[in-house]
Amino acid sequence: MSNPRQNSGGALLSGITKLGHRVNDALQRLGFAARFFVMLLLHSGQSFRRLHLTIRELYFSGFQSLLIIMVSGLFIGMVLGMQGYETLQRYGSAEALGVLVALSLVRELGPVVAALLFASRAGSSITAEIGLMKATEQLTAMDMMAINPIARVVAPRFWGGVISMPLLAALFSAAGVFGGYLIGVVFIGVDEGAFWSQMQASVDFRYDVWSGIIKSFVFGVAVSLIAVFEGYDAVPTAEGVSSSIKSTVVQSALAILALDFVLTSFMFREA
Amino acid sequence: MSDDNLVEIKDLDFAYDDRPILKGISMEIPRGKVVAIMGGSGCGKTTLLRLIGGQLKPSRGEVLVDGLSVPKLRDDELYALRRRMGMLFQFGALFTDISVYDNVAYQMREHSDLPEELIRDMVLLKLNAVGLRGASQLMPAELSGGMARRVALARAIALDPMLIMYDEPFAGLDPISLGVIGQLIRKLNDALGATSIMVTHDIQESLQIVDYIYFMSDGKVVAMGTPDEIRASQHPFVHQFVFAQADGPVPFHYPAQALTQELLGKDAYEQS
Repeated sequence: MSNPRQNSGGALLSGITKLGHRVNDALQRLGFAARFFVMLLLHSGQSFRRLHLTIRELYFSGFQSLLIIMVSGLFIGMVLGMQGYETLQRYGSAEALGVLVALSLVRELGPVVAALLFASRAGSSITAEIGLMKATEQLTAMDMMAINPIARVVAPRFWGGVISMPLLAALFSAAGVFGGYLIGVVFIGVDEGAFWSQMQASVDFRYDVWSGIIKSFVFGVAVSLIAVFEGYDAVPTAEGVSSSIKSTVVQSALAILALDFVLTSFMFREA
Repeated sequence: MSDDNLVEIKDLDFAYDDRPILKGISMEIPRGKVVAIMGGSGCGKTTLLRLIGGQLKPSRGEVLVDGLSVPKLRDDELYALRRRMGMLFQFGALFTDISVYDNVAYQMREHSDLPEELIRDMVLLKLNAVGLRGASQLMPAELSGGMARRVALARAIALDPMLIMYDEPFAGLDPISLGVIGQLIRKLNDALGATSIMVTHDIQESLQIVDYIYFMSDGKVVAMGTPDEIRASQHPFVHQFVFAQADGPVPFHYPAQALTQELLGKDAYEQS
């Protein structure tokens, strides 16, 4: 006969063991990711010496994301224009619409939303590509040909993403400002001169534009690193690759939002 | 190490975590020969190839390739050695985003500054050797399984390696492609003056083309010999393998508790 008390003790013990294993696995993975990042930086030389490798990735992750980025930017700008006007006109300051649209975009929405879109459009495809290359032994084949897959495959994709991100965020903000202009000035009839001049006067290059660029650069590093790491570390099966793609999107989104909070709290302390 | 052997493996042990895969393997691969390593699925054959290629490190023992101890090499030394090795992967592992031509040219472009005209001539010669010069502009997705394997073979010999390793070169091929690949392995080895190690479980094809065969089971070498010796062998494992018998030294059943026990449950089993 088995003893129930013993059984519950066993279940508790196995629960603790499982938890221990999970923590251990998570720490190991974190260590592996850190080591991977260092290796990536050490093997980045080729990405710049043979610039065509990185330019190809800029085309795939940057240029091909342009459509979704620009269209989303335009719509978000238009929504901001409508919502902003609705609120501002209650206080009789509808001409400050330009400032509201521009600041919201340049400081927050541009870098954050562009990064979220970039993670789902380009990050997921980078993970899928590297994960499938791993599953079909292409990375191993490359390694056996004495070609380092981190230098040849991973680093150019990483740098392609890092360079694309601030440019995409800037274009997102520009499209958004244009969207705000379309709604505010062209459709609603806010004074065009006030719209632009207040925007020019109130958007500070150092506090607003520059901090937006820094944010999008940091998001670019985070999203690209997560994307290449998830692909490189994928379990080489169909389920493994699909789970890595999911992790890329989820982890990128969380990383972007958490980093945004941290960066914002540092940047606008004195503003 | 004898100069006659290109690869020597001595008392090699390897384990994934706590699971031992190879247990005290010793082998000699003479220069210029085609040697097959045979055994059932999961007996550690592919692991052995990865140890020779330096992708895995043994827990004990020695792997010597051309006099160099592979596990002790630094990364740059290992890469220098790998430039003299070619490997054919089980499913080809062709780069799917570039054409057949670019696949074969890949290593030449990565490892040399040769002008493109010269690379073109070399690529076409390699593709001609495997009979696929006409397919040079196709993409890997447009190739049949046998053609993809031949392209991968052309890629493996792109830099005229001294050692060519084949991981299951016959897996999943129709009889014609199988014969073609078998003949190519033999011909290319002799034409290049290379040495070939072939991991496979296709005994009939292997007996026709190889010089020597090692049989592995459960991480150990259980038998070895020339094709004639193998055909005449009375060794129970070799006999089971050559005549494809379901049961023998390699059991049909994966280790498990007794069937009655599993079906009736532990208590009922004890009472019965």
